[in-house]
Amino acid sequence: MTSLVRAVNVEKRFGALHVLKGVNLEVKKGEVVCLVGPSGSGKSTFLRCVNQLEDIDAGLIWIADEPVGFERRGQSLHELSPADAARRRSRIGMVFQHFNLFKHMTVLENLTLAPRIVLRENEAAYLPRARALLEQVGLAEKANSYPAQLSGGQQQRVAIARALCVQPQLMLFDEPTSALDPELVGDVLAVMRDLAQTGMTMIVVTHEIGFARDVADRVAYFHDGQILEIGAARDVIGAPQHERTKSFLASVR
Amino acid sequence: MTLTTPIPVDEQPFDIRRRRHLGRWISGTIVLGLLALLAYSAATNPRFEWESIGGYLFAPAILNGVIVTLQLTFISMAIGIALGVILAIMRLSPNPVLSWSSAGFVGFFRGTPLLVQLIFWYNLSALYPVISFGIPGVALNANELITPFLAAILGLSLNQAAYMSEIVRAGIISVDRGQREAATAMGLTGGQTMRKVILPQAMRVIIPPTGNELVGMLKATALVSVIAVADLLYSAQIIYARNFDVIPLLIAVSIWYVVLTTILSIGQEFLERHYSRGTVFATASRSGLVRRMFATGRIARLDEGEQR
Repeated sequence: MTSLVRAVNVEKRFGALHVLKGVNLEVKKGEVVCLVGPSGSGKSTFLRCVNQLEDIDAGLIWIADEPVGFERRGQSLHELSPADAARRRSRIGMVFQHFNLFKHMTVLENLTLAPRIVLRENEAAYLPRARALLEQVGLAEKANSYPAQLSGGQQQRVAIARALCVQPQLMLFDEPTSALDPELVGDVLAVMRDLAQTGMTMIVVTHEIGFARDVADRVAYFHDGQILEIGAARDVIGAPQHERTKSFLASVR
Repeated sequence: MTLTTPIPVDEQPFDIRRRRHLGRWISGTIVLGLLALLAYSAATNPRFEWESIGGYLFAPAILNGVIVTLQLTFISMAIGIALGVILAIMRLSPNPVLSWSSAGFVGFFRGTPLLVQLIFWYNLSALYPVISFGIPGVALNANELITPFLAAILGLSLNQAAYMSEIVRAGIISVDRGQREAATAMGLTGGQTMRKVILPQAMRVIIPPTGNELVGMLKATALVSVIAVADLLYSAQIIYARNFDVIPLLIAVSIWYVVLTTILSIGQEFLERHYSRGTVFATASRSGLVRRMFATGRIARLDEGEQR
């Protein structure tokens, strides 16, 4: 298997705050990697750097052998224009903690916006796909509802379908269940579990240790802007090597 | 073993008596009495000259004034909104030059009276007798180029742009940051994000104050009478300068202003409804006005008006 994402010594600062202090991570095609760790450890920031919602200050992230934010010409890297950067982002799906569905659009309009105006597809191409995705997340009958008429769990499933509607090669999840009522978490995790089984490459920032253990191929434990421990899910969660990992896992159980 | 509470057999259905709102009846009567006095005075005072007002209302000069007033209002408002959106986006731009110059524009045009601006544009030829726009070979006579009508449009629209930019900026800021992030993450460019995601949602915040501004603009056009543009007010002034029929003419003019502003307000309501798609909002029920006033019927139920 080839690596789809390769982060090398990624650093990020917000003013005086050193959020990422050299993160190294490789994600293979079809792999599901969960990022866990205490809040403020930099896992969400790292995820946002992967699709350039944040610019990194040092290091590089490669996606499918292209450096994020740059175009490689021989031995030099040229910064992308905003339009080119936007085109690159359209190959990555992202799901947010607070869903961020477009409130003035129906569910179906939310799904079809990017295929329509970013990918410039025909209706004949994107409409059946959008409906199939809604079917897949169990919300076919909500196509013409507005986000405000849906529960949090339904909104998040729509958000996942929306992210998938651009047919991304990589899916990023930023604490997708943290804003949900406990009884709604299961439906969203089930959708993500199904997605993982289709072979989608996924990077998931989560506090759901059970999900990480069952679904992730590998788990990375973030602490203070670095990956302290990484390995197969059952090893990191079942038998953590590091003291900090042990105490974190004990605290979230 | 049963857990249900037994209902007492001898429980009588109660006769519910509503409170009488005596205070509402008294204050309502007093206000109605005052209004009746006002109407009586207006009807019996011959100096109102009601019969001549009807004639002035549809006099050709006045109708012409109405058209000029509407032209000034809509042209200036259209330019003001377009420029206001540009200024608002400039103000929020990461480019400090754009941001500061937008703030400077707003500061200047909001900081000087509209009347002064109008007179200034009217007298622009004193400052720049020849206008070339910096293009070699172009030399326009400012006196001929800047007609009173154009001076009025310049003054009204630039002033309006300054106010509109603040309204639009407030609207843009009101849209949740996550909306922009989601749009960016799925590959929309900055312009697409603004057009498809941010502005449509900002409209809900932008429209009510813009409706106010439009009504304000319609009335502000009366200021252009000082630079001899034949708007509604100036057309009336020309007539009463000849025949001294001041009050009937001013009343006829006021009637026009009220009619026009009312029409604009109705249009605003339709726009607001259009742009509130997807939001859960309570439409206040208007039926039962009398019932609310005097509490004659049953108590309004809380769930009323929550239907979408």
